[in-house]
Amino acid sequence: MTSPGSAADGTRERVLEATGLRKAFGDRLAVDDVGFHISVGETYGLLGPNGAGKTTTISMVCGLLERDAGEVTVDGRAVDTRTTQAREAIGYVPQELAIYPDLTGRENLRFFGRLYALAGDDLDRRVDEVLEIVDLADRANDRTGEYSGGMKRRLNIGLGLLNRPKLLVLDEPTVGVDPQSRNAILGSVERFREQGLAVLYTTHYMEEAERLCDRVGVIDEGRLMAEGTRRELVAMVGEQDRVSLQATGDLAAAEAAVRALEPVVGVSRREEGLDLVVRAARTALPQILTTVAEAGADVSTVEVTEPNLEAVFLHLTGKALRD
Amino acid sequence: MRRALAIAAKDLRLRIRDRSAFVIGFLVPFGLAGIFSLTLADVDDGEGFSTTFAIVDLDGGHLATGFGELLASLDFVELEDAASVADAERLAEEGGIDAAFVLPEGFSDGVSAGRGGEIRIIADPRSDIGGLVARSLARSFASDLDAVQLSVATAIASGAPAEDAAALAELASATPAAVTLNRDTAESQVLSATTFSAIGMAVFFVFFTVEFGVRSLLEEREQGTLARLLVAPLEPAWVIAGKVAAGFLVGVVSMSALVLATSAFLNADWGDPVGVALMVLFGVAAAVALMALIATLAKSPQQAAGYASFVTVVLGLFGGTFFPISQASFLGTLTLLAPQAWMMRGFQDLAAGGTVADIAPSLIALAIFTIVTGSIAVARSRMLIGR
Repeated sequence: MTSPGSAADGTRERVLEATGLRKAFGDRLAVDDVGFHISVGETYGLLGPNGAGKTTTISMVCGLLERDAGEVTVDGRAVDTRTTQAREAIGYVPQELAIYPDLTGRENLRFFGRLYALAGDDLDRRVDEVLEIVDLADRANDRTGEYSGGMKRRLNIGLGLLNRPKLLVLDEPTVGVDPQSRNAILGSVERFREQGLAVLYTTHYMEEAERLCDRVGVIDEGRLMAEGTRRELVAMVGEQDRVSLQATGDLAAAEAAVRALEPVVGVSRREEGLDLVVRAARTALPQILTTVAEAGADVSTVEVTEPNLEAVFLHLTGKALRD
Repeated sequence: MRRALAIAAKDLRLRIRDRSAFVIGFLVPFGLAGIFSLTLADVDDGEGFSTTFAIVDLDGGHLATGFGELLASLDFVELEDAASVADAERLAEEGGIDAAFVLPEGFSDGVSAGRGGEIRIIADPRSDIGGLVARSLARSFASDLDAVQLSVATAIASGAPAEDAAALAELASATPAAVTLNRDTAESQVLSATTFSAIGMAVFFVFFTVEFGVRSLLEEREQGTLARLLVAPLEPAWVIAGKVAAGFLVGVVSMSALVLATSAFLNADWGDPVGVALMVLFGVAAAVALMALIATLAKSPQQAAGYASFVTVVLGLFGGTFFPISQASFLGTLTLLAPQAWMMRGFQDLAAGGTVADIAPSLIALAIFTIVTGSIAVARSRMLIGR
């Protein structure tokens, strides 16, 4: 998934550095020793189920939440809840639709622009640019309360771009969004990366992390369980595919025969067939099918499943991503 | 600073679009002031309040005579003759008088000898205000007598001959009081019904008006915009300052509009404009501070609105925004904890012809209230936004 020459090689300028982040709410440890970095033009995903600690982590990254331990720098400047300088480089898109429904789209943008010290022509120009980026120029003077859900989501993202940030933080921006709007949002995030923006993207959708992120941090119960490119994470599970055979006949003989094959790592027999864990399943598949047939079993269907981030999460935590 | 102003401007724009500020801050109080002034028109003939009393003097002593002279000296009191208690009861029943004072036989001697005395009041049950004023006058007279009695008793205890008690009493009653409170004279308290209603409604509703403003911090948190504000490069204090400024401005505009409108259309007489302006500024500041504190005690905008309504209604009643509360009672003393009471006091002093100097106690009390509650509110607001 890593784009050519991406930050994964560690040669690009780092925009965000977070180390040893820790936050407890009373007795509950919400985030424990989480650290990661994001470079220019890199999209980093924090993947985990609801309640894993994603929002708490990005709240500390943005200086919204006092941390118990750890350090955060954005564009070389330390971030905390008291200093304001580093926040000039951060664009934040919260999970909620953080817009004023009684203001127009343009008024929302102008208001938040002023908070970033934009004024006069510069403010007007930037507001127009953002309206174009989020494709809301023709509805700019309508109150946002009259916008569709997708339009509100787009404006929500646009507000995060107003200050020309170096780091764009998106907290589950597609939650509750229809498929069409979701696709549009994902397309926008891909363009931000192409434009050199460092993007921190939290999600509990495995498909989004796989599509958008150069690197992914798998987070659960406040801990960063693993981190890397999709390929690196999948390799943790092992480059092994799952092959499911629906078959009849002498399944016991078939099981014994395929177990002897070199690419086959494991076999389990069930009533309707066999489940195999196989290295490089696509090349080994003809040999497997021939062996099963020679052992006296008839195969009706074959299903090959390549490992994905869902499998990685399952491997690391012992539970499904959507639990 | 510019960012705080941007927040205040945004809040003002939202309030204007919402229209609730106009309804709560102007339309409703103006309408109610108009209705109340019409309802109470029977006690307001356009030239000020007046009431009719009778004295049944069964005593004939110097104190009873003095009390009669006191009543006769009041411009708003008309005196009718009543020869007996039965006569007074008949007059009250027929509506010929609002109240009658019965001074029993031996009243003057009893009081002079330190045995005390009793003034009985017979009131027309249909005339609440006349009865209230009668009781207030009797209480005021009794307080004066208490002071004289105390002076005489002190003199005798210090060695003065007991047979000189009458002379001592005369001397004590002639001595000017060390502190004279203008408000203790009933006349200064009596405003036209229109003016009282205008003041009461303006004071009562300004707390609702500013509450809309300061509650918006909770609304911002609920709708997620607070997080966006706090990620922006500005001190959290500016967020609070912007909110407070918006609430304060809405309150000042609302009260000022009410002063002007009730003066122009209802003939309310608010008094010295400079004093009124000061009272508006100090009063609105106290209202903002109180409502901000209440907002920080709530977990949601809905809860804040509930708390604010309860506090505003209770303190409004205690503060005398709907009807006067006697300051002589224990309850009356308690009401001074309510900023509404100080606002009513200051505005009424001005309406009765007072100057800026006369409202100094009210301004000081409101300033102290603002500083104390405002400081707590700011500290709690910082907790609310996690800073």
